Amino acid sequence: MQTSTITEQQAIQHAHGHDGAHHHTETFISKYIFSLDHKTIGKQFLIMGMIWAFIGGSMSVLFRIQLGWPDETFPILERIFSSWFTDGKINPEAYYSLITMHGTIMVFFVLTAGLSGTFANILIPLQIGARDMASPLMNALSFWLFFIAGVIMFASLFLPTGAASAGWTIYPPLSALPQVSPGSGNGMTFWLISIVLFVASTLMSGLNYVSTILNMRTKGMTMFRMPLTVWALFFTAIIGILSFPVLVSCVVLLIFDRSLGTSFYLSNIVIGGKALPFAGGSPILFQHLFWFLGHPEVYIIILPAMGIVSEVLAVHARKPIFGYKAMIFSILGITVLSFLVWAHHMFLSGMNPFLGSIFTLFTLLIAIPSAIKVFNWLTTLWKGNIRITPPTMFAIGFISIFISGGLTGIWLGNSTLDIQLHDTYFVVAHFHLVMGVAAFFGMFAGVYHWFPRMYGRMMNDTLAYIHFGITFIGAYLIFWPMHFIGLSGVPRRYYSFNEIEAFSQYATTNKIISAATIVVFLAQVIFLINFFWSMFKGRKSTQNPWHANTLEWTSPIEGVHGNWEGELPTVHRWPYDYSRDPESDVDFIPQTVPLSEKEKADKLHH
Amino acid sequence: MSFVLGLLTLALLFIVIVQISKASELIKTLRSGNEQEETFSNSALFVTILGFGILIYTLVTCVYYKPHLLPKPASEQGVWIDNLLTITIILTGVVYVITQILLFAFVYKYQYSKKRKAYFFPDNNKLEIAWTIVPSIVLTILIGFAIQKWFKIFSPAPKDAIVIEATGKQYAWTLRYSGRDQKLGKRDFSLVNSDNELGINWNDPASKDDFIADELVLPVNKAVSINIGALDVIHNFWLPHFRLMMSAVPGVPTHLWFRPTITTEEMRKETNNPNFDYVLACNKLCGSGHYNMQKKVRVVTEEEYKAWLRDQKPYYLTAVH
Repeated sequence: MQTSTITEQQAIQHAHGHDGAHHHTETFISKYIFSLDHKTIGKQFLIMGMIWAFIGGSMSVLFRIQLGWPDETFPILERIFSSWFTDGKINPEAYYSLITMHGTIMVFFVLTAGLSGTFANILIPLQIGARDMASPLMNALSFWLFFIAGVIMFASLFLPTGAASAGWTIYPPLSALPQVSPGSGNGMTFWLISIVLFVASTLMSGLNYVSTILNMRTKGMTMFRMPLTVWALFFTAIIGILSFPVLVSCVVLLIFDRSLGTSFYLSNIVIGGKALPFAGGSPILFQHLFWFLGHPEVYIIILPAMGIVSEVLAVHARKPIFGYKAMIFSILGITVLSFLVWAHHMFLSGMNPFLGSIFTLFTLLIAIPSAIKVFNWLTTLWKGNIRITPPTMFAIGFISIFISGGLTGIWLGNSTLDIQLHDTYFVVAHFHLVMGVAAFFGMFAGVYHWFPRMYGRMMNDTLAYIHFGITFIGAYLIFWPMHFIGLSGVPRRYYSFNEIEAFSQYATTNKIISAATIVVFLAQVIFLINFFWSMFKGRKSTQNPWHANTLEWTSPIEGVHGNWEGELPTVHRWPYDYSRDPESDVDFIPQTVPLSEKEKADKLHH
Repeated sequence: MSFVLGLLTLALLFIVIVQISKASELIKTLRSGNEQEETFSNSALFVTILGFGILIYTLVTCVYYKPHLLPKPASEQGVWIDNLLTITIILTGVVYVITQILLFAFVYKYQYSKKRKAYFFPDNNKLEIAWTIVPSIVLTILIGFAIQKWFKIFSPAPKDAIVIEATGKQYAWTLRYSGRDQKLGKRDFSLVNSDNELGINWNDPASKDDFIADELVLPVNKAVSINIGALDVIHNFWLPHFRLMMSAVPGVPTHLWFRPTITTEEMRKETNNPNFDYVLACNKLCGSGHYNMQKKVRVVTEEEYKAWLRDQKPYYLTAVH
């Protein structure tokens, strides 16, 4: 019933002509490469993110092979990566370059650009009823800056001295002095330049997202009628705008220390019995500046995933998201607190222990909005009518993994427990689950959910089930045992566990983890096959395949420049009117449907 | 050869998976005349089984790995941390089990049915307030306990503590004991040269009896105060069995004190491992040799410690004389 009204409206709008849509002849290059259309730019971010995820993931396979089978030799790998291997084994330098690159690529290129970039671009204009971003040109520039940053980062892998190898957190003095680590030579210079370009890209897109959301909402789309995806992307952009510039200042001071002989981060350094001429700097200053971005960064990664999961759950559970406003305020709470917790990465860095107590307090406070969100998701499922489609599976997997990884945050945010757990494998388990795997699950939920919106076709369900099953089980097989390894005192970032007796007992566990890593990595190939195959050969999607309420499903499925032919849609209600009327046989009321007389009388509307 | 075969098998596996999926897609297209007929019972069962399977796996591994974790803490400070850890495990464990059960039980119980309608339940302030306040109270109590211990751990060391200096450099620890006078000789950055890497000021009389040890030897039940530093890059002074950790930062002196309570011998009996040794390891990425930057730690009785002290030669004699 509802769908037919929409098609009628569209037919009418179509007859009005193309006053809103911009039509001009497009070449292949202007349409697919240097496009200004937010939908194309979103897809560019997605494909680029997938390429980077593949590169970053294959790096983890390489270093997991070393950790799982430290005594074996792999001549075949040596033939492929000859400069990284000696006698069939990976070199420690190459190992540390790979973990550094894996972290950098996953955090910045995949889970920031790939996740936010994709969904902010595709969803913001479509869900608020705008023709495009506030500045399509800046939007395109943002993608191309990200692309160049990626090219530079990738090129650094082929430098004779190797890529940066000081960990993705690049703490000086290790990252500042080429004498102490070959990766801190040109590799680090490339890293720093790449990140500065990346931040410029993030700022351009962030400012664009915020101004689009604030200024370009269609008629009737008040802030409190926006889907939670848009709210999440809105706060994500704000966090990025406020914190990423601090990373630039942090990085620029490091560049000065490296090339101009300043001493912002360096003091009293002795190498090989020779005192270096640095005085008065503090390596701890770097950590403060780095984590002032570094911690908000994890919320930049997880908030969009949370938004996607909220939307996907409501649609597929056929139920309004529980506590819409509580969800918004908890995102706001997370946003504010995300700026007050950075030093929980530094409890044992040498900063004053008094600061540790303050940061423990704020850090544990952030557990409260996170808990509210989890309880609200659970209540959304309660008494729902849940369709377990591929996006739903990944959304549910997200919640499970977010709980598992989030609860250990209460351990690590506690400065006293951090004395035992800091920088052990427990931390690796925690953050991979809560912001790595969880964010990936949010991303997969989003891709499976909006694929029909992006390409007008459905993805294959069977392949998606296999993909989900292997990835979900694999995620736990990989990261759950790391909690125990960490609780046994084993530090992270070790090239081998055989040298120190106390840490050498987990050979079998490490083999299992490495084997699971390889299987999970291969399972992502199933996703890639599904993605590209469905793009051309998938079942054709209907206009609104999930029976969702939000505006993006009213825009023509083939995708037109300007998003809607004729006038922009008008919004009359919030996006979560699912199963509103128990009498009706349709269990959703799109945002474009005016309130009925009965609803007006009820005053129940949102 | 085996590698090529492996690749071929893998490729075949992918082709099989894709073919099966294509067939299922075809069936779906044939059936798609009536979309509402779609059921989700298979997929709901699939997710539920995975969910509960994983819950069981996570709980079973907790039991399985328990004996492999660190033995009981070998310092007073470690006991405090261990107790706090136990409280936290119970608290978060309960929440973990309940929420995972609810999640997957809901998935199964409220799976799609044509006959049913979802319950329109957009908000409820009482519930929201409840799950804001309950975690707040629980966390406040937890923070209260934790911060009290935190300040105890970082309180000033007792006056009679043995003073030791640990300096990290790529990839070794230098341990300097303060000797009979319990005072470490002063260091001066301007005195650093290849014969005097630490820059010890030999004019300071306190430096004359200091000695360098190749193991961290500590008497049981006596407070030890450790001044931590680094020469080249950041290291991290990590004593897993004592549950103690502190960064070693060039240019920023750090400090830690603790009281070992179990000797190495006692711990060997405790763990049934005659080869057991405490270890000091580096826990901050410091370069390509990071994974092998260790020192043996030995906790001994008072008498053994005194005997060991008698054998140590002042660094002054070996380095300058």
